[in-house]
Amino acid sequence: MSLQEEIGLMAHLMRRAGFGDPREELEERASKGYEAVVEELLHPERQAAINDELLYRMFPGYEGAAAPPINQAEWVYRMINTKRPLEEKIALFWHQLFATSNSKVDNPPELTRQIAMFREYGLGTYRDLLVELAKSPAMIFWLDNHGNHDGAINENWGRELLELFSLGVGNYAEDDIREAARAFTGWTIAPKIPRNPLGRFYWEFEYKPEDHDDREKTFLGRTGNFDGEDIVDIIANQPATARFLARHLYRFFVADEPHVSSWHVTPPIDPDAIQLLVDAYDESRGDIRSILRVLFNSEFFKSARFARVKCPAELIVGTVRMVGNYSGFMPGFNNLALECGWQGQELLNPPSVEGWHTGSEWIDPGVLMRRVNFAARILGDTSIPGVQAIIKRVLTHGLAEGKLSPQAIVAACLDTMGPLEVSEATRAELMAHAEKDGELSWNTNEELRATVGKVSKILTLIAASREYQFA
Amino acid sequence: MTTSTKDPVLVVIQLSGANDYMNTVIPYTDPLYYDFRPVVSIPQNEVVPIDGQLAFHPSLSPLKDKFWDTGKMALIHGAGYPNPNRSHFRSMDIWHTCEPEIMGIEGWLGRAIRDLDPTAENVLTGVNLGQSLPRALAVPGVPVASVANLEQYGVLTGIEGDKERNQALDVFARMYTPAVGSGIVMDYLAQTGQDILKGADILKVAPAKYSSTVEYAENSIAQALKGIAQVHLADLGTRVFYCSHALYDTHATQVVDHKKLWDDLAPAVCDFYDDLREHDASDNVVMLLFTEFGRRVRDNGSGTDHGSGGGSFVIGDPIKGGMYSEYPSLKPEDQLDGDLRFSYDFRGIYSTILERWLGLDAKPVVGGSFEQLDFI
Repeated sequence: MSLQEEIGLMAHLMRRAGFGDPREELEERASKGYEAVVEELLHPERQAAINDELLYRMFPGYEGAAAPPINQAEWVYRMINTKRPLEEKIALFWHQLFATSNSKVDNPPELTRQIAMFREYGLGTYRDLLVELAKSPAMIFWLDNHGNHDGAINENWGRELLELFSLGVGNYAEDDIREAARAFTGWTIAPKIPRNPLGRFYWEFEYKPEDHDDREKTFLGRTGNFDGEDIVDIIANQPATARFLARHLYRFFVADEPHVSSWHVTPPIDPDAIQLLVDAYDESRGDIRSILRVLFNSEFFKSARFARVKCPAELIVGTVRMVGNYSGFMPGFNNLALECGWQGQELLNPPSVEGWHTGSEWIDPGVLMRRVNFAARILGDTSIPGVQAIIKRVLTHGLAEGKLSPQAIVAACLDTMGPLEVSEATRAELMAHAEKDGELSWNTNEELRATVGKVSKILTLIAASREYQFA
Repeated sequence: MTTSTKDPVLVVIQLSGANDYMNTVIPYTDPLYYDFRPVVSIPQNEVVPIDGQLAFHPSLSPLKDKFWDTGKMALIHGAGYPNPNRSHFRSMDIWHTCEPEIMGIEGWLGRAIRDLDPTAENVLTGVNLGQSLPRALAVPGVPVASVANLEQYGVLTGIEGDKERNQALDVFARMYTPAVGSGIVMDYLAQTGQDILKGADILKVAPAKYSSTVEYAENSIAQALKGIAQVHLADLGTRVFYCSHALYDTHATQVVDHKKLWDDLAPAVCDFYDDLREHDASDNVVMLLFTEFGRRVRDNGSGTDHGSGGGSFVIGDPIKGGMYSEYPSLKPEDQLDGDLRFSYDFRGIYSTILERWLGLDAKPVVGGSFEQLDFI
């Protein structure tokens, strides 16, 4: 593989396993070798964490932030500034899959705490994660398990656990839902401390043995005196669970797939890939890290370039990361969080327990206009040091001759912004535009100024392209 | 689809954060009102009476003069829904989707727009003045323009200089040309790209064509209504307009904040209708003002907390003014956990507007049959 191809592959990996990287960082990573970088990503604990103490000193409002978009802004800060990209990406994956929404929970600090739990358990085993999820106060409230009592069950959590969080439609019976719900009776939130007069207190998980139905249950063909953890153990060992998770991982990390609600009738795009992930699940007993290792090192992953429509967080965070903007403490994270919501992905407030509809469903006219204008405005802003750096890099492609042909400019811009791949038609339009400007040189300050403007225009057009909508 | 200026048009104003209906339409002769509201109440000598029981907040005086006294303003008391939810977000979702039981994702106005223009012939049948589409207007596949600022609306607005920007827009249009074999998603993006160019191009004429003697205030709701007037007067076939006014979440210092909100809103609505009347374009415009819920009966010493039963307003030349539905009782035994009990299902307001004004079948839009009112 040529160096250029290696960097292209690394750019792909970082768009998927993280939120993209600026060009220099891609080169640095590529020099370590692909598999070593995958290993590094899979072990976030080997990289420095964000210093929370410092973060909360700089942004005191973030700690226990009780109002959107402040709590969303904290997450956006972390997405941009983390040294552990996969830790944030996997948290977003679980947030999308276990969609819990502030619209009902009405307690942003608890949702922020749930995301922190995803960071901690998100690369461990599916079994452990589901147990933590069942104990998450935000989830308990979201799916009404605090109203699930011995003798008076509420099936909401039991149903979604089987339908949306593990087995998928068609792999359980209504009786199984009821029996699962019975097993989770008594899993509740400790009595809440009233908000007034001292402000918010965190909710705490509480197991109430006196409210737990400890009679015999029959779940997925097995009978016993099950409680919630037993149910999760059984679920985690079901082939349907492995397959369900494999499809979710594929959809989030590899390529757009139809919405989950159609999975019981729509086969996967790439059944072999799903099988490979299912095997990895079985071999590792549901260890997410092991499954992702297989995924990132697979040929189907490496070849699935630009096969997903970026979610708004990827578009926004990816664009500002590309130009190295918002690194560190500065104003503006609230606006980025708001922008994310305006583009249709209000973090911590997904539209329903089914999560966001992805793929082309991210796009509507208003959203496309925002996406185009957001990215184009940043790449067109030559006052941003990172944009200057990109332009400088573009010009280095012509250092030997002291000038750049239109063709070389377009190629250098696409290369420096990614490398990005565009269709022949798009490339032709970019070329046609560049040809109007002719050859660019920078022998005098005046020439340089004009050249910077013209290169920035090409970057802007690339950011506005259809191809830029894809990760 | 043929459109004319006289097609019925709906303008919706969302009062975000829960407007305190009790201090907007005030039971000023009910001693319980002053008992429950020792701090956050309007003194009897300041209210603007509309009958022996109820009075407007003084800041609604312009609305009273212009609409109530001329029989063009309907009050729908106690608008709500069963099992009220006191979360802003959830309750707003319910008003947007008409789905109190499940998390709905399709908005009622998005459905109405689809029914008004089933082939999506006009990309401007629905226009939102705001940063992003509220769920009320969102239905997959239904194009609705969302305009943060009419003067600055458009693709690639970051590019300075008309010549530069027009060049870029040409490239954009060509880059978004649908092509055989490029795939469903690429084609969808191309179509959507063409839609926004088209929408922006059409909308561009609105501020240019507009002239009026009405001077709107600088505040956000006045400017949003001015934008709506500009689009309506440009005759672009828009049937549903939407904008929001915030923030009515008056937990503290309500007396001051609530007054300021209505001091902005009431004159803005009056200016809007003056503007339309000046252009002979008001008789086909009905306006709905709604909020997600009312506020707690008892004040908290500075403001009011989240309640349930609220109230809505419908304004316009075709409206039969008056009071509809029952003003909820303040008696402690009639309250619902300290809140006014809702007396009328909000989906009935929508049904009335959909059927009697927009000429649509309401049932599939609001998800059932609800008692309609005679304000139209």
